[in-house]
Amino acid sequence: MDFSLSEEQVAIFDMAKAFGEAEIAPHALEWEKAGTIPKDFWPKVGELGFGGLYVSEDAGGSGLSRLDATLVFEALSMSCASVASFLSIHNMCARMIDSFGSDDLKGRVLPGVCSMDTVLSYCLTEPGSGSDAAALKTKAVRTNEGYTLNGTKAFISGGNYSDAYVVMVRTGDDSPKGISTVLVETGSAGLSFGGYEDKMGWRAQPTAQVQFDDCQVPAANLVGVEGDGFKYAMIGLDGGRLNIAACSLGAAQAALDQTVAYMAERKAFGKTIDQFQALQFRTADLEIELQAARTFLRQAAWKVDQGHKDASYFCAMAKKFVTEAGSRVVDQCLQLHGGYGYLADYGIEKRVRDLRVHQILEGTNEIMRLIVARSLMGVR
Amino acid sequence: MKVLVPVKRVIDYNVKAKVKADGSGVDLANVKMSMNPFDEIAVEEAIRLKEAGTAEEVIVVSVGVKQAQETLRTALAMGADRAILVVAADDVHNDIEPLAVAKILKAIVDEEQPKLVIAGKQAIDNDMNAAGQMLAALLGWGQATFASELTLDGDAATVTREVDGGLQTITVGLPAIVTADLRLNEPRYASLPNIMKAKKKPLDEKTAADYGVDVSPRLEVVKTTEPPVRSAGIMVESVDELVSKLKEKGVV
Repeated sequence: MDFSLSEEQVAIFDMAKAFGEAEIAPHALEWEKAGTIPKDFWPKVGELGFGGLYVSEDAGGSGLSRLDATLVFEALSMSCASVASFLSIHNMCARMIDSFGSDDLKGRVLPGVCSMDTVLSYCLTEPGSGSDAAALKTKAVRTNEGYTLNGTKAFISGGNYSDAYVVMVRTGDDSPKGISTVLVETGSAGLSFGGYEDKMGWRAQPTAQVQFDDCQVPAANLVGVEGDGFKYAMIGLDGGRLNIAACSLGAAQAALDQTVAYMAERKAFGKTIDQFQALQFRTADLEIELQAARTFLRQAAWKVDQGHKDASYFCAMAKKFVTEAGSRVVDQCLQLHGGYGYLADYGIEKRVRDLRVHQILEGTNEIMRLIVARSLMGVR
Repeated sequence: MKVLVPVKRVIDYNVKAKVKADGSGVDLANVKMSMNPFDEIAVEEAIRLKEAGTAEEVIVVSVGVKQAQETLRTALAMGADRAILVVAADDVHNDIEPLAVAKILKAIVDEEQPKLVIAGKQAIDNDMNAAGQMLAALLGWGQATFASELTLDGDAATVTREVDGGLQTITVGLPAIVTADLRLNEPRYASLPNIMKAKKKPLDEKTAADYGVDVSPRLEVVKTTEPPVRSAGIMVESVDELVSKLKEKGVV
């Protein structure tokens, strides 16, 4: 058993971290204020191979493993979890198209997706269905040319921003097998958006409802086969869960690094605060918690890469554990910064806000427990 | 033409260096190491020459400990074609001196016959600023150091040099040694596909003995000390007090 990263994996992590420090971190607060990420940022990301992390190499992707991808997200979220997680969603969609799309769809879409001239959003959740995703109501009716879509998707990261949307729609009965996946491109007739949501965190990325009113989608934009959409959506989410957990991990690690440095400078009662044993022990606990989270996350990613039967089970456990650990750690980092931690300039309060949603999306942590419990006890 | 780029594995520029307890040098155990930043600029310049069609092959060389192969892989991921690792030490604290490095590089130049060697102007660990110049002397080649701009035209290179007080532009006949300064270019990030490809590129492993070079040190490090800790400032009440304090310190 070898727990060390390979030379390439170290290089991948270092490159992503350096890129984030140079190209994301200096703008993180400014993008958060603006509520959006400049569109011309993404091709720079695409050029380095981040647009198709686990898209196969023949399709122009980077062909990375899941474990490699978690390194990328851990490293990038050290600069900004909001930007890194947005990239995770794009990659989740890219993977779905690469794995299940027709050759025609792949040939047409993936080059732009990998270069990130085409930014993708994932549309599963609806105003009335979140955790119970298979209850989605957005309907797609087959026409001569393709599909007519009617319905609304909610909480869509990149809504009214992205270039195309990977949308789970109902083409058949009310069961999960009645769900299909289609790609809806910006500019399609009948596609509109709600206003941008005002959120606690992830403020650098725009979030909006995506609405379909007799929206016309060509038949060639069906991803895979009709009726398999829910399966694709869930497979996409497995990787998404690893990435979101990695985003919590990286952001929390950066907060801890910043806190340790701060504690060596900040003085109280005549000495730097890193000399107080109560605070030393608390900081040690944070380090222990993050190291445990990292090991668990990488094990889950390794399970997915190995195609283990219990990979989804481990993804669910790791997602729950790591996102909660990450939030606890950033919260304590804020506490250790005292009043300064509460100020936006130090960047810690932003991390607290950004990480909170990681316990809610890509499957709430309650759903993660449900997956574990079902597997553990055969709950029916 | 071939371009040869020597690269050095040094303490990462982000790391806060700590002096070893015995004062014999900087503690490098479990410290993050990376490519000397000036060497990264040299690699970038060589790759650009290849992309422009001026150079056919970019060869990177590192002399030092075995772990320097990571540094070479970084250069390969950026776009160099192949690498030569010359193992000359087994302890990371054993720095190979510029003259020994230059002698090994000379032997490699004799073998590979590059028309241009681009090196970093100095390594950020010991700031010797010597290997490039020594190599030029050993080879009897022209040298253009501290380059902030490089253009090749036939058998000559025009190099803008950053010198005290301004810029100096010189022409040097090829083959030549150019050493890179900070503003020569901004090195690229190695893309993910290129990082993966790098492990398939050839990396030759040699030893100093293969080139018959004695790498034992000629210099003796007498003492290494950390810079003095900045002492706390004081608040003055008035301009008069400021002036008198400055006079007291003898700075005005």
